[in-house]
Amino acid sequence: MSMIEFNNVQKFYGKFHALRNINLKIDKGETVVLIGPSGSGKSTLIRTINQLESIEGGQLIVNNHDLSDSKTDANILRRDVGMVFQHFNLYANKNVLENIMLAPRIVSHVPEAENKQRAMNLLEMVGLADKAQNMPRQLSGGQKQRVAIARSLAMRPKLLLFDEPTSALDPEMIDEVLQVIKKVTMASEMTSLIVTHEMGFAKEVADRVIFMDQGHIVEDDDSQAFFNQPQTERAQQFLSKIIAH
Amino acid sequence: MINIFMHFGNQLLVGLGWTLLCSLITLVFSLIIGTSLALLQMLPSKLVHFLCRIYIEVFRNIPLLVIVMFFYLIIPLYFFKINGFTAGTIGLTLYTSAFIAEIIRSGIQSVEAGQLEGSRSTGMTYWQAMRYVVLPQAFKIVIPSLGNQFVNLIKDSSILAFVAGFDLLYQANAIASTTFDTINSYLVVGILYLLLTMPLSYYMHYLEKRLS
Repeated sequence: MSMIEFNNVQKFYGKFHALRNINLKIDKGETVVLIGPSGSGKSTLIRTINQLESIEGGQLIVNNHDLSDSKTDANILRRDVGMVFQHFNLYANKNVLENIMLAPRIVSHVPEAENKQRAMNLLEMVGLADKAQNMPRQLSGGQKQRVAIARSLAMRPKLLLFDEPTSALDPEMIDEVLQVIKKVTMASEMTSLIVTHEMGFAKEVADRVIFMDQGHIVEDDDSQAFFNQPQTERAQQFLSKIIAH
Repeated sequence: MINIFMHFGNQLLVGLGWTLLCSLITLVFSLIIGTSLALLQMLPSKLVHFLCRIYIEVFRNIPLLVIVMFFYLIIPLYFFKINGFTAGTIGLTLYTSAFIAEIIRSGIQSVEAGQLEGSRSTGMTYWQAMRYVVLPQAFKIVIPSLGNQFVNLIKDSSILAFVAGFDLLYQANAIASTTFDTINSYLVVGILYLLLTMPLSYYMHYLEKRLS
């Protein structure tokens, strides 16, 4: 059973052709890493999956919702599709615990006591139980991102999207976040799609790697094969540059 | 001055009451209308956006006196009877709403787009995201400008004097014309206006400090 299915999807920003003929199938439970140079369309692609970006052509089916159908309710789709952003996007007006509890309370109407218990368990899991009452601005970047991961998990998503989760972090905080992502993706049945520039991490967690360039999917292979022997020249070039420093 | 307080105390109290009532009604309704206009402008519909812009530009760019005269003179002519206080309060509310709409809109726009995206990504509707995440932050940003507007609104309620709205300025006019003591009559209402506006100014400052 596939969780995500792109059939010949097109996306434009004005005249700029951001996604070109995207065909991609991701099965339930897979952990897929999406890599490629800046501007290649990785973030755009991942943002079409929870309809933060619309598509202009082709068909996109996510968790049995057809996003190319205008009658599809994005709010219902998003209950099962979590997202972790590059800039965290924690609610600046709410403390850590409230950040995690808000959506379960008002979207899925989880009873208050159960909601709180779940939120605390999630904070425990990301190692921040002692920060429950803090405001987001009092946390470091790495802590913010761990809270954001807990927040997205609170809705118990079937699919979790990570849009460059460590790109805005100070170098010494990257690892704490990657450890949490690893824990989350490996332990559960959840499907995950991760846009990242961290190749070592990609190699470790990915079942499959997708390489994009200029709006195309250039390569789509299992993780081992991709990192050992990329098929296309463009991917070889990209990897050699990234690994070189 | 003391004389005027002594002799016209009741009249001044009545004036204060009408001014206060007009200001309170205007404050509540212009906040509701202004916020709604600001939110409606954010919707994808071009038509709704256009209609909101027309409302705001029209009421923002016509003198308050002209708007109030319209309600006081034109409405009774073609539609229904309307007293000075009602006409003045409706006019002031519509006028102030246009300014508040602009203030709230600028507040919403200065909240990072990521706040809305973060909320929407969890399945919240647009309105839920606005209510729980974006608007509380937007209001906090615009408290100083909103406070300004509230003070303006109390002062602008003196427009009632021109349409027999029995407010403070109306009473000052009346007292001045019976006593011929113009200076003291207006001094007294000046002080009474300060009594209304200063606490509000201080309260808004306090809110600003407490929330920052």
